[in-house]
Amino acid sequence: MRESSPLLAGLRQRVARLAASGGPESHRADGWLATGHDALDAALGGGLAAGRVHEFFATDPLDAANAAAFAALLVLRGGGTAPLLWLRTSDAGRRAGQLYAPGIADLGSDPDRLLLVEVSDAKALLACANDAARCPGSAAVVVESWGRLPALDLTAGRRLALGARDAGVTLFFLRIDAEPVPSAAETRWSIAAAESREMEAAAPGAPAFDLELLRWRAGPAGMRWRLEWNGDEQIFREAALSGAVLPLSARRAMVPRGAAAA
Amino acid sequence: MAFADARARVQELLAVPHEPAADEQWLDRLAQGCGRYTPLVALDHPDGLILDIGGAAHLFGGEAGLVADLEARITGLGMTLRHASAGNPDAARALARYQMLPAPDEAAAIRRLPVAALELDDEATTGLVRAGLKTIGDLGARPMANIAARFGADAATALRRILGDAASPLDPRQALPPVAAERRFAEPIASMPHATKILGELVGEVGEELTRRGKGGRHFRATFFRSDGLARGIEIETGHPTRDVALAMRLFAERMDVLRDPLDPGFGFDMIRLAVPRIEALGATQLKLEGGAVQDAAVDALVDRLATRLGRGRVRQFRPADTHIPEQAQLELPAIDAAPPSPWPRPEAGEPPTRPIYLFDPPQPIEVIAEVPDGPPHRFRWRRATHAIRRFEGPERIAAEWWRRRDNGGLTRDYYRVEDVQGRRYWLFRHGLYEEKDDPRWYIHGLFA
Repeated sequence: MRESSPLLAGLRQRVARLAASGGPESHRADGWLATGHDALDAALGGGLAAGRVHEFFATDPLDAANAAAFAALLVLRGGGTAPLLWLRTSDAGRRAGQLYAPGIADLGSDPDRLLLVEVSDAKALLACANDAARCPGSAAVVVESWGRLPALDLTAGRRLALGARDAGVTLFFLRIDAEPVPSAAETRWSIAAAESREMEAAAPGAPAFDLELLRWRAGPAGMRWRLEWNGDEQIFREAALSGAVLPLSARRAMVPRGAAAA
Repeated sequence: MAFADARARVQELLAVPHEPAADEQWLDRLAQGCGRYTPLVALDHPDGLILDIGGAAHLFGGEAGLVADLEARITGLGMTLRHASAGNPDAARALARYQMLPAPDEAAAIRRLPVAALELDDEATTGLVRAGLKTIGDLGARPMANIAARFGADAATALRRILGDAASPLDPRQALPPVAAERRFAEPIASMPHATKILGELVGEVGEELTRRGKGGRHFRATFFRSDGLARGIEIETGHPTRDVALAMRLFAERMDVLRDPLDPGFGFDMIRLAVPRIEALGATQLKLEGGAVQDAAVDALVDRLATRLGRGRVRQFRPADTHIPEQAQLELPAIDAAPPSPWPRPEAGEPPTRPIYLFDPPQPIEVIAEVPDGPPHRFRWRRATHAIRRFEGPERIAAEWWRRRDNGGLTRDYYRVEDVQGRRYWLFRHGLYEEKDDPRWYIHGLFA
């Protein structure tokens, strides 16, 4: 015991040093990507923290479009000309179709800022995500992944988070057709399509999202919101519930997760 | 002779299927290897190469030295070489392919070539021989007008080219690059790190030349010549002109990492050449104090790196296309080419989006149940799941581009924006009106947020 105590003391010192400087938690966020929805932004202290990794889970592949649209709108509503890097694998095109720029223009955003990077497999996706996360100057990086993605373990996730923090790049990880698992992400969300507000002649209305904050490193989680995108003002706002809609929790219970996954 | 007859006579005859594409590739590799003698190498399909060695032969100890070097390498690859040199490409080609008799000098050798060297059609060649004109010399002694009148203008042109009276331009495999640098080694180098270091020095040399001219390179091509006569080229492209050695070397390293069959020095490289086929104006840059230029440059560098690693078509930008056919309304262009931005159609205020965020191309077939045949869908089945539709809007009728079609036809599509009971929004269409088609199919074309 005696001879090991200098060693232990050294280790304790190192741990203390690391605790003082290291760890993504100890760094304050450089800014926030706000949704424009007051309650959501206030609950998160201003919005989704910039320079962090955020995970959006769409457990049902049919909700892929909502997760993608939420990430794209969140970044592009901020304005500016910095490009939004969008990484996806070639097989994503077969599953969800190609990313359709006129649809993004139709939401009131500027598709010229999109830079699409298509990679062959999940390994290349993570490698490119690491490079993109370390490159300052982009508005954000969206990584669209399908399926379980075993290559993204805790080490890979932490490497990604540290790279993004050091470069100040916000990284949105779309996990489509995957179950939430522990990771190094700052926040973890479940995103699903919500019923839209009815327009004239029973037409479907503006995009609506069911959000659930599954985990937040810096605070409590478990809150739910239902947002609607307003393209004219470029903000998310509370989706008006029509009378016939069941409470959110009841509807959730009715539709078991992943049951509709084809 | 039929193959069966031939095999009956020579039993150990070996049969190999003819692969024109593989021959073509091999010829191209040989042409690349011949780049060590001169940058101007033209392919003479299917089995010849024409080298312009004007001003280059002295580097190998004259014409004879060059030919000896070439012959040694080609023989080393297990091939036989027929060669000839002459004052113009057509004459050299004819001599290499048709020369039968030795001659004291070039002019005499050309005169002694058979008329078959003109490569006219069989009828014309037979006609010439029947007329007693057996060699190029015989033919050249006649008035050109008579030959043209009797055997056609082609015969006259071919003859004039072989005799050197008409210009016969060479069509090189690769155009002469505006800037290039090369290094030859007395002793072949077999270590990749050493070769990479020399490539770095060449990039530096080229960079100095580019700086002097106020230019930057957009496209760099490194060619590694192996001592066995073959060569291997590696190319990189950048989105903006550059002469930055570190950047170019990073891209070269990136490219070499992902080569499917890695660069193999074999018995060593005896020459490395770096060419810059595409250059653009590049002034001296001044970095902004607040770092704006640096940040833009960081994204550009990332695009270059990803495009080098994944392929130039894998990093893309979106540009609008002027058509109302949904799957053709967006162009995906390589980001490295930096197409100028053009305005997208603006959405109507107060209206939900009419175009989806994900588009299936091609559209996926679905089964639809509608209340009336040409009415809106009531429920649909896609990917083994049934979706009951609660809300819909449509139809948005999109006609085929009949003015581009030969038959002026094409089916009209009726698009419906629908929302199912779970709140998910889809874009469906019926392909064809009932007047146009008896039983039109339904498709899903996109997913809305």
